[in-house]
Amino acid sequence: MSGLRVFIADDEEPARERLKELLNDIAAELPTSIVGEARHGLETIELVPTSRAQVLLLDIQMPGMGGLEVARHLASLENAPAVVFVTAHERHAVEAFELNALDYLLKPVRSARLAAALRKAATAAAPGREQLARAASDAREYLSIAERHRIVLVPVRDIVFLMAEQKYVTLRTRERQHLIEEPLIDLEREFAAQFVRIHRNCLVARAAIRGFERASGSDEEPHWLVVLDGIDERLPVSRRQWPALRELVADKP
Amino acid sequence: MVSIRQNAYPDVLPDFRNLGVIARVLVAVNALALAGAVFAAPSFRDALHRFVEAAAFVEPLLFLELLALFALSPWIARLPYWAGCAAVVALVTALAAAYQLAVFGVPQGAALLARTIVLCAALAAGLLGYFRLLVKAFSPALAEARLQTLQARIRPHFLFNSLNAVLALIRRDPRRAERSLEDLADLFRTLMSDARQFVRLSDEIALLERYAELEQLRLGERLRITWELDAAPSDALLPPLVLQPLLENAVYHGVEPDTAAGEVLVRIERRGDRVIARIENPYIEAEQQRAGNRMALENIRERLALFFDAEARIETSLHGNRYRVEIEMPYRVAQA
Repeated sequence: MSGLRVFIADDEEPARERLKELLNDIAAELPTSIVGEARHGLETIELVPTSRAQVLLLDIQMPGMGGLEVARHLASLENAPAVVFVTAHERHAVEAFELNALDYLLKPVRSARLAAALRKAATAAAPGREQLARAASDAREYLSIAERHRIVLVPVRDIVFLMAEQKYVTLRTRERQHLIEEPLIDLEREFAAQFVRIHRNCLVARAAIRGFERASGSDEEPHWLVVLDGIDERLPVSRRQWPALRELVADKP
Repeated sequence: MVSIRQNAYPDVLPDFRNLGVIARVLVAVNALALAGAVFAAPSFRDALHRFVEAAAFVEPLLFLELLALFALSPWIARLPYWAGCAAVVALVTALAAAYQLAVFGVPQGAALLARTIVLCAALAAGLLGYFRLLVKAFSPALAEARLQTLQARIRPHFLFNSLNAVLALIRRDPRRAERSLEDLADLFRTLMSDARQFVRLSDEIALLERYAELEQLRLGERLRITWELDAAPSDALLPPLVLQPLLENAVYHGVEPDTAAGEVLVRIERRGDRVIARIENPYIEAEQQRAGNRMALENIRERLALFFDAEARIETSLHGNRYRVEIEMPYRVAQA
């Protein structure tokens, strides 16, 4: 099989069938081969990295994980496919593509539009992470670490803290830690609802804060440490963040 | 009930079997008795005393009147509006007069008779006027309800995904594609029909089944619907599109966001003079925060109130990981 390698991700079986029919219809002018299919967001993340797909036809509204978030995780792959979003939801599309930078098709899809989008995608690079981040209106539910042939997803609600160290951010769950390559300041903005800054280089999950402890060290300035749920490590609170944090704890029942 | 079927909102008598109407009459009469007592008595304490005395006289009469109106309601409703009003005033006044004579005896009662008749007739006429205004005030709301139904119901997501699914069927299974387009046509015919008319439960159930058929086409194995309709009274009347939006919500919020198969339960039954409809779907936490669900429920609540006043209710509850919506409404059938 030759031609453009296409991967189809849609949760509705008839919608996948329809795309395949259309690809078949336009095969004379634009040969394609289907290298994979996925029925929901997580499956897409699992299957795309090894599929060698050049273009991903990606439904926006899928169970498990929506198309926009899927694209954001896939963007860190070394050979990330170009993405053509497909949606029945014009409202979503307008909101998400106000920058008009990402290509998308409306369901029901027309073969001419599909051919044009594929042609454009064949020469285009995968959408950039920043671009996708700007287009997305919701915070992600996962953070991801791209390995060579797979993407490791860590649910945001499992994360206890995020700590910046030089170029990387260490992501810590109760069980393990990972390195991710996103600026802490962006993470702080995206996850403001779930995380709070305790130090210039550290964000802590609000839900994981159990309390505060005064540092026993007698040297220089006295300071506070955060006591976390499920982790023995204590993290220092900067003097600048302390007043805001103290209120946060006072609010807790 | 008749009121809702008319097109141009003519004047109609209140439905004397409606709880909302009965409650309003009770409150109005008692408030008036209290006001009269406060007005006539020198001090507030005396006023309360007077009110209690008056209540001992008024309350049994009031119940008697309401009972009579309740019993005669079907006959009164058949009269033309102004004749109906005259009949109600006459009935109420005559009853009051008879009651007074029975309580106080002829000589004493007769002396007070003129006052009672005037008071009672004025009160009845006043209340009828109030109900007329109330209907007038609500009539634009009924027209608006029709619009609201439309706006709340056509979820573009559903329409376009369904069309897409039908397109996928046309080559593989033309017959099923035909059926699906017929279902879609029926669904939209109902969506665009007059929302002010009652429909039969059997029609609403047929609509549910058409809708379910379309969703099944899109979602396949992921959607499992259990129907418990054996005890559903097919002749019951209800406002249109009360149940379909609930099923749509159940699918949209309870089945679609999940990667696994979702079970939806539809149960409709009659219990005495009540009709109870229940729809259950899997509860997905993140989903319930979406605004769409609340909006549809509010819309249905409003329309139930317009059609049944205080006699219908809609409630949502959580049972483990199942989300349940239950509607209870009076069992009414078309009058032959």
